[in-house]
Amino acid sequence: MHINYSQNPHKPLKLLPKSPTGIIGLDQITEGGIPEGRPTLICGGAGCGKTLFSMEFIVRGAMEFNEPGVFMAFEEKADELTMNVASLGFDLEKLQADKLVKLDHVYIERSEIEETGEYDLDGIFIRLGHAIDSIGAKRVVLDTIENLFSSLNNEAIIRAELRRLFQWLKGKKVTTIITGEKGDGIFTRHGLEEYVSDCVILLDHRVMNQISTRLLRIVKYRGSMHGTNEYPFLIDEKGISVLPVTALTLDHDVSTERVSSGIPSLDKMLGGKGFYKGSSVLVSGTAGTGKTSIAGYFANETCKGNKRCIYFAFEESPKQIIRNMMSIGIHLQEYVDSGLLKFHASRPTLNGLEMHLVAIHKLVQEFKPQVVILDPITNLITVGSVSEVKTMLIRLIDFLQSEQITVMFTALTLNNIVNEQTDEGVSSLVDAWLLVRDIEFNGERNRGMYVMKSRGMKHSNQVREFVISDEGLNLVDVYLGPEGVLTGSAREAQRLQEETGDVLRKHALTMKDMEIGRKRKVLESKIASLKEEFESMQDQLNKSYIEDTLRKEVIEKNREELTRNRHND
Amino acid sequence: MDDTIQEDERYVLRLFVTGASVNSVRAISNLKHICETYVHDNYSLEIIDVYQEKTIAEKEQIIALPLLIKSFPLPERRLIGDMSDTNRVLKGLGIS
Repeated sequence: MHINYSQNPHKPLKLLPKSPTGIIGLDQITEGGIPEGRPTLICGGAGCGKTLFSMEFIVRGAMEFNEPGVFMAFEEKADELTMNVASLGFDLEKLQADKLVKLDHVYIERSEIEETGEYDLDGIFIRLGHAIDSIGAKRVVLDTIENLFSSLNNEAIIRAELRRLFQWLKGKKVTTIITGEKGDGIFTRHGLEEYVSDCVILLDHRVMNQISTRLLRIVKYRGSMHGTNEYPFLIDEKGISVLPVTALTLDHDVSTERVSSGIPSLDKMLGGKGFYKGSSVLVSGTAGTGKTSIAGYFANETCKGNKRCIYFAFEESPKQIIRNMMSIGIHLQEYVDSGLLKFHASRPTLNGLEMHLVAIHKLVQEFKPQVVILDPITNLITVGSVSEVKTMLIRLIDFLQSEQITVMFTALTLNNIVNEQTDEGVSSLVDAWLLVRDIEFNGERNRGMYVMKSRGMKHSNQVREFVISDEGLNLVDVYLGPEGVLTGSAREAQRLQEETGDVLRKHALTMKDMEIGRKRKVLESKIASLKEEFESMQDQLNKSYIEDTLRKEVIEKNREELTRNRHND
Repeated sequence: MDDTIQEDERYVLRLFVTGASVNSVRAISNLKHICETYVHDNYSLEIIDVYQEKTIAEKEQIIALPLLIKSFPLPERRLIGDMSDTNRVLKGLGIS
């Protein structure tokens, strides 16, 4: 007899039911949320966002999933909490009035309390039980229950009661979040993880090089798959958003559609049509070579085609970019006004790399652009190491490509030598790499542009002179002469010189033509006189011939006459 | 003279218990014994079953039970436990 224990395809195995937190990104990492009807521990140091995290869980539950929640605060007073989360747009007072949320502030003043023997924490059970029943709560937060340890002396009782409390909460079938302060080398100062063994989430707030990054990690999730990385998260005016960095598989769709760069002559260098849609383009070059102008042109072209574009500016303010673009005939303001173009300017040092990535993610998902421009990525290096920046950009490119968004980076190269790698080491990641470089010659600097690479299309291997004028950007063929590549006024001079040569040559040509004409005339007249000579000679010859014939005839006649005369005798 | 002050300062005590649990029963009997011994006839004791009045738990910030609140004479003091440690109970009540 054979018993098959493997999964029956017709009868799916019962999976752990999950309760969605409603926190952006977290439900993706946890594949659905935190375990339903069980306690989850959220631990972390001071100021890492535990309270906010659990509060968002309650509020989202009440507002989005129709699950009322009880928030039992051991630290902050109810009105303080209400005020603190009002900045995130959570109206706790209204939610409380609507019986969707219940706040209970548990307050113990140690100095007022005398312990006189055996006791239990039935007070908490009664309060919590009453609160749950009064609003039909499905979610409970205990923030931070560890405070009990500092308020009461008898640790043995607290531990026994906590164990009982968590069992009781499980029995109540409420999804619970318990927060705990991170201890030294352990998750919580008082070892709460001992009691809460289903799901443990660790929050961290790390400061490196004066830049802070908030990170989230799922330490443990019994009975479920979950992401194991540290995920950066962001707290902003809309609450928490966690950035799920999905496994970097390279299986996103590709498009054969092309998008124009906005510079016709550049498109011509790129097989005549421009970039691939959803590809990544790097524009690198030394300072002042017009990288931003190229980016501005691309943004302009995108908006002209009624597509959306986000411009992440890390160096200049939006107003500055708009003003500067005006000087080359690009009017970006109208697209900003019509909502097609969005600028997001921030100093790289504003927050850590991860935070930038989260911010970009969020904006991209909200705005749904077709083109994203990052100008320049070089400055990001100030907040992270090269490898960190590279990892961040890999993840960004990966994300944008999966969304079929074309991305253009600009990067500053610090010297004039063509590096095989840019400073950020992203040149190998990108699909197209345009290099703008200074060509210093004859006492002036000119810009030359190469297409270093462009995957999957025929592209020009020629250097073009990149000219920025009032009319805009243009690429001009450089002069390749015996002295090498000539650009700018040298090219212009060479052109003039060539023109002069042309005129001279033309002049020489006409002289020769006249000479030939004259020679021909001389020869022709010679030929005519020879012809005349020949004719007169011919006439003469003819004349003597006729005379001969006539004479012959006459002689013959005479002889016949003579003969006849003789016979007449 | 001490006697007159004690006369004026009547002890107002409220004991919060949970039904007939072991700790509750013990607390009631221990407290009654202490009161009869030390502040005989100079106290009022109210015994409240929190199970019967659940809202009072939040109002009175009750966590640990049994809980004795001495609201008079001031300062207010809170004593938790089954009142088996007589010395601590006396200290908490301010009786030396």
